[in-house]
Amino acid sequence: MAIIERPVSLEVQPLIVVAPATPSSAMGAVKRPVVTKGWRQWVFTVDHKKLGLMYMATAMFFFLVGGIEAVLIRLQLALPDGKILNADLYNQMFTMHATTMVFLFVMPMAAGFANYFIPLQIGARDVAFPRINAFGFWALLFGGLFINLSWFLGGAADGGWFMYAPNSGPIFSPSHGVDFWTFGLQIAGIASLTGAINLIVTVLNMRAPGMKLMRMPIFTWMILVVQFLLAFAVPVITVALFLLSFQRNFGATFFDVAAGADPLLWQHLFWIFGHPEVYILILPSFGIISEVLPVFSRKPLFGYPFVVFSGAAIGFVGWGVWAHHMFASGLGPVSVAVFSISTMAIAVPTGVKIVNWTLTLWGGKLWFTTAMKFSIGLIVLFTIGGLSGVTHAVAPSDTQQTDTYYIVAHFHYVLFGGAVLGLFSGFYYWWPKMFGKMLNEKLGTWNFWFMVVGMNLTFGPMHILGLQGQPRRMYQWTENRAGEGFFNLGFWNLIASIGSLVLVVGVFLFLVNIYITARNGKVAPLDPWGARSLEWMTSNPPKEHNFDSIPTVHHLDEFFHRKYAEDANGQMQQVATAEQVLKQLEDNADAHIHMPSPSYWPIILAFGLPVTCLGLIYSIPLAIFGGLIILMGTFGWALEPSTAPDSDFDPPSSGDTSKDVVHVG
Amino acid sequence: MWFTLDNLATAHDTHEGAAHSSTGLSNVKLGMWLFLGTECLLFGGLISTYMLYRGRVGTGPRPSQVFDIPFTSVSSFVLLMSSLTMVLAVSAAHKRDDRSTNLWLVITALLGTTFVGGQVYEFTAFYNEGMGFSTSLFSSSFFVLTGFHGVHVTVGIIMLLALRGMLKNNKVPGSRSETVEMIGLYWHFVDIVWIIIFTLIYLIPA
Repeated sequence: MAIIERPVSLEVQPLIVVAPATPSSAMGAVKRPVVTKGWRQWVFTVDHKKLGLMYMATAMFFFLVGGIEAVLIRLQLALPDGKILNADLYNQMFTMHATTMVFLFVMPMAAGFANYFIPLQIGARDVAFPRINAFGFWALLFGGLFINLSWFLGGAADGGWFMYAPNSGPIFSPSHGVDFWTFGLQIAGIASLTGAINLIVTVLNMRAPGMKLMRMPIFTWMILVVQFLLAFAVPVITVALFLLSFQRNFGATFFDVAAGADPLLWQHLFWIFGHPEVYILILPSFGIISEVLPVFSRKPLFGYPFVVFSGAAIGFVGWGVWAHHMFASGLGPVSVAVFSISTMAIAVPTGVKIVNWTLTLWGGKLWFTTAMKFSIGLIVLFTIGGLSGVTHAVAPSDTQQTDTYYIVAHFHYVLFGGAVLGLFSGFYYWWPKMFGKMLNEKLGTWNFWFMVVGMNLTFGPMHILGLQGQPRRMYQWTENRAGEGFFNLGFWNLIASIGSLVLVVGVFLFLVNIYITARNGKVAPLDPWGARSLEWMTSNPPKEHNFDSIPTVHHLDEFFHRKYAEDANGQMQQVATAEQVLKQLEDNADAHIHMPSPSYWPIILAFGLPVTCLGLIYSIPLAIFGGLIILMGTFGWALEPSTAPDSDFDPPSSGDTSKDVVHVG
Repeated sequence: MWFTLDNLATAHDTHEGAAHSSTGLSNVKLGMWLFLGTECLLFGGLISTYMLYRGRVGTGPRPSQVFDIPFTSVSSFVLLMSSLTMVLAVSAAHKRDDRSTNLWLVITALLGTTFVGGQVYEFTAFYNEGMGFSTSLFSSSFFVLTGFHGVHVTVGIIMLLALRGMLKNNKVPGSRSETVEMIGLYWHFVDIVWIIIFTLIYLIPA
């Protein structure tokens, strides 16, 4: 752990957490930041909780951006001969909608939850590499802004989020949009990669004493699987993006059929990344609802080891199914058969999870909070999406469905019905933990129903549209080819567009809920839900150092087992309140906890990346300048110790306001 | 690539934690191994691309027309020897022998520079023989694969020299021997990748 713990003196003294007081430059090139107030406490922070919140705020911003893009798409298709977008702008819109939602909303939102809750769930005080954590956030933010910069500099990328060759070449996509997209994703990819390494090391290495792997909360487990997927999937798309950049900027012909290239190379590289990516998007939500369902069913998770191992199984098999995205490309019967079978096989561990969740509910004392509603919503809607997914595994049927709205319906059921509902469940469940206030449950219920009804109205009709043959990425439809009666495309397109507006209301209600909760929300009790895992064994919001003393773990669901014990009849009886459990930790508090110190370098280093990429697109001197920023950042970083030296932490004296002193217990 | 340099920085993020980590490995070492794991996938993608395209020379020169196998064998040998000197540097660092550590680090960097110099010479020769970056699919994928490797070696050289300077001025925060060891891990990885690349590109005829 990146913490210096001084020996505890024998007489009882208040716990003191101090920020470094002296901005010494013992090692570094410049003096490190010490201010713990105002904007600087956010910009230079290395605290996993602050970074988690910054990840979430960024992701929420991009969720709204991607949502606006989605609504424009649906408005365009609501009526025949849509005039809101022209064909070119429509291409940019669906490309950026998908890119934003996948890379800039779901992934960073999951990263936000992971950052915030992994150290708390495993009983650690921070992640393994706090500065790399800060760097990852800034790289993600700058990468996301960089991609979206293209809207103002000649148009965004327009090749679809999979950016198939040769459509992504300079002939078919002459604007700089694809270049911005390529470089922006590289930057976001670096963020994912550093984040993945950081979180894997954190989970494997920094668990509290007694926290064996099979005592870890499911959310931690699922995030661990996701980080492994990221660590090995991201480098593959990095290669693909480099090849595409070299083709667009330096005259290489990697995907140019006329030059004898094989355009399927792109598809293989993209989907070797892209299919694990699907699990990267969904597994965090699986983890969240595996936390929520037991808490609100008042039962332990049914078959914990099965949920763990099925998650790991998804992680492994997820590498062997990528070519089911390519059934229509003429791979040959053997490949198609193999990937068909592996695709059907991966439905099994997913089904195992659904059965486990359902049996967790079975016989439980269900408490229908908003978080619980979202979790149950996930089970139902994800299952629908999963079933339509199994129909894709049947290659002949998939050949018929390829590039139709049926596919759009499928992946929105798994991604919206699955990933997004899971994340919303996480908001309602963990909001009191993060902010110390309860989100309004009544408004939450409206939020839930608008989103569920809206999503079914939007994406449900797309099954019909797709099976009737409406192609994806079609920017207009005409009345005289829309068909008649029940299968009239116009009717279902209109329903889908209305549904998207209902969804907008749902998301808007969530924002309203945040606002009124921040204004005058109910202050959260210490343990509002009767939770089971370690992150609830600290104050709301958690202290800067998370735990006054690191708990020793004896059980899966440690917090629950500290509150409840079996009586003579084998019934669980409450033996302690949450407050008493917390008091016990506070009484054994470590004195003088020195947390990792803030640093200028992560944001400087991350800022060098978009500057360099902008230079690569427009002018080489700018790229060199960006490279110098990166070099400077790296060396400044390398010379600076992660935790300020002991001499920088003065014993606090009265009247000195430069110190952030926390008195506990 | 700069990320690898960043690992130099991470080397002292958490040295205090090594004693009581859950796996017994220090955070830095575990992180470095994971990073090298991701690098395997990066080179895996590049090597696959090369293997797919190595026969597609178009109107450009064929591999056998441009490759100078004795020359590249010698520079490969130099690179492999640098792994030996790197081991000696790590060993000296563990014995807290600063003088030898510095010496072996510099020799490793010099051997690496010789290799990169050989690569620059080779690239120039190929270019003069009519094999530019965009001449054919073979040439593009060749230059991308060997170029990425060359950049990795270059980053390694920068890390070695920076580390040497930091050691000399006593500016390494954290464990000195572990920092040397981490850069050693990276250096050996880059060498091993070259063995694979050299075999696939130069020794197995297309």
